[in-house]
Amino acid sequence: MSYIGIIITFVFINNFILTQFLGLCPFIGVSKNVESAVGMGFAVTFVMALASISTWVIYNYILIPLDIEFLQTITFILVIAALVQFVELVIQKISPALYKALGIFLPLITTNCAVLGIALINVRNDFNAIESFIAGIAAGFGFLLAILLMSTIRVKLDSEWVPKPFRGIPIAFITGGLMALAFMAFDNALLNNLLG
Amino acid sequence: MIFKILFSFISVTLIGGALGIGLAVAARILAVKKDERVGTVEDILPGVNCGACGYPGCSGYAEGIVNDGADITLCSPGGSEVLAKIAEIMGIEADSEGEKMVAQVHCRGNRDTSTYKFNYSGMDDCNAMQSMYQGDKECRYGCLAGGSCIKVCPVDAITRDSKNRIWVDKDLCISCEKCIVVCPTGVIQMIPYSADVIVACNSLDKGGKVKKYCSVGCIGCKICEKKSVDSGFVVENFLATINYDQKGDRSGAMNGCPTKCIISSETAELRIEEKQKIDE
Repeated sequence: MSYIGIIITFVFINNFILTQFLGLCPFIGVSKNVESAVGMGFAVTFVMALASISTWVIYNYILIPLDIEFLQTITFILVIAALVQFVELVIQKISPALYKALGIFLPLITTNCAVLGIALINVRNDFNAIESFIAGIAAGFGFLLAILLMSTIRVKLDSEWVPKPFRGIPIAFITGGLMALAFMAFDNALLNNLLG
Repeated sequence: MIFKILFSFISVTLIGGALGIGLAVAARILAVKKDERVGTVEDILPGVNCGACGYPGCSGYAEGIVNDGADITLCSPGGSEVLAKIAEIMGIEADSEGEKMVAQVHCRGNRDTSTYKFNYSGMDDCNAMQSMYQGDKECRYGCLAGGSCIKVCPVDAITRDSKNRIWVDKDLCISCEKCIVVCPTGVIQMIPYSADVIVACNSLDKGGKVKKYCSVGCIGCKICEKKSVDSGFVVENFLATINYDQKGDRSGAMNGCPTKCIISSETAELRIEEKQKIDE
């Protein structure tokens, strides 16, 4: 698959939130205002890119030589959790400003299934190092796109009249469902048409 | 086969161990010196995590005060005592002018005094009642007596008396305003702790309409304005309100009110005591 194909696949066709339904917790929890949604989106993108690369290394240089690929899930969880913790420490030390923007979201991402999902999908698709990295970034941007759309809609919804039982989370779920329906328009046929 | 199990065991242990040690070392090297005042301020704060300050809990507010220079007067449950202590730690002049504000229900209409549209039988929740034709009371501004505020109050300062009216105990109230947020009719309002009388009505309907459905509602007759001049009574939108900054004598208005909806705040205390006696 070409790089552009990977990007389109992970941003639109297999959008992590709206098509694969991974990482729904921050999608609902952190989409109340645009600012924090964007912060969360970039934090996830960052972690996904890092996780893709590091799990690729672990998989190809530790799990395959030892013939223990079946341990991928548990080792990936270990690596991702430690990686995020480490990144948090580094950011806190180097850039307090960035830590303030991203820091509170990082622990949330530690065990987010979207991050584990991209690591496992990379393995399943036999991506090489660069492809994994690009897939990680693209999936992160897909997440950013979905959460950004969601947060802008929710900000607008705040000033609209909504029947009382639907206020807050319920209407957010309905909105998310409608967005997922809209994203069904992106499928592999689109990719084939675009890239021949 | 046995090697595979052994390999798996060893490699996961090694990876986990290496990551753990790596993180421990990194935490030591990259440690950021934390301001120890955060802990002290957090200890001083009441610790009820009511969220009245707008921060996520007391620890969040402590961090806000120390790191971001947040306003130290935001903790209403703590009151002036906590304010003074925090001011001492932070080296800021304490500005403790603000009097303790307490919540009170501005309505005393019940089945005896007011007319009802229908007999409600459903969830004991004011918002559920409100969503059904704006409550069972003819008056849509009044207390629905569903008890949502009683449930939400973190310090059990709100009681229901034997006549199905709701009262706030001002000595227990910590001014967290949670009841105000949950109340669908806005009948709970903040008043100063020292307030001697309250206008126990919240209806903005015209006097004639109020008279029809409630015998203890404010009809906007402006007698209070005349009986107690310079004591802060203002009648607007057919409802009397009190500006508590003006310290005049309000007993004239209280006694002169034709519907007796201006009541002494002692009434609330008496009702709460009476309820406690019944409970015992």
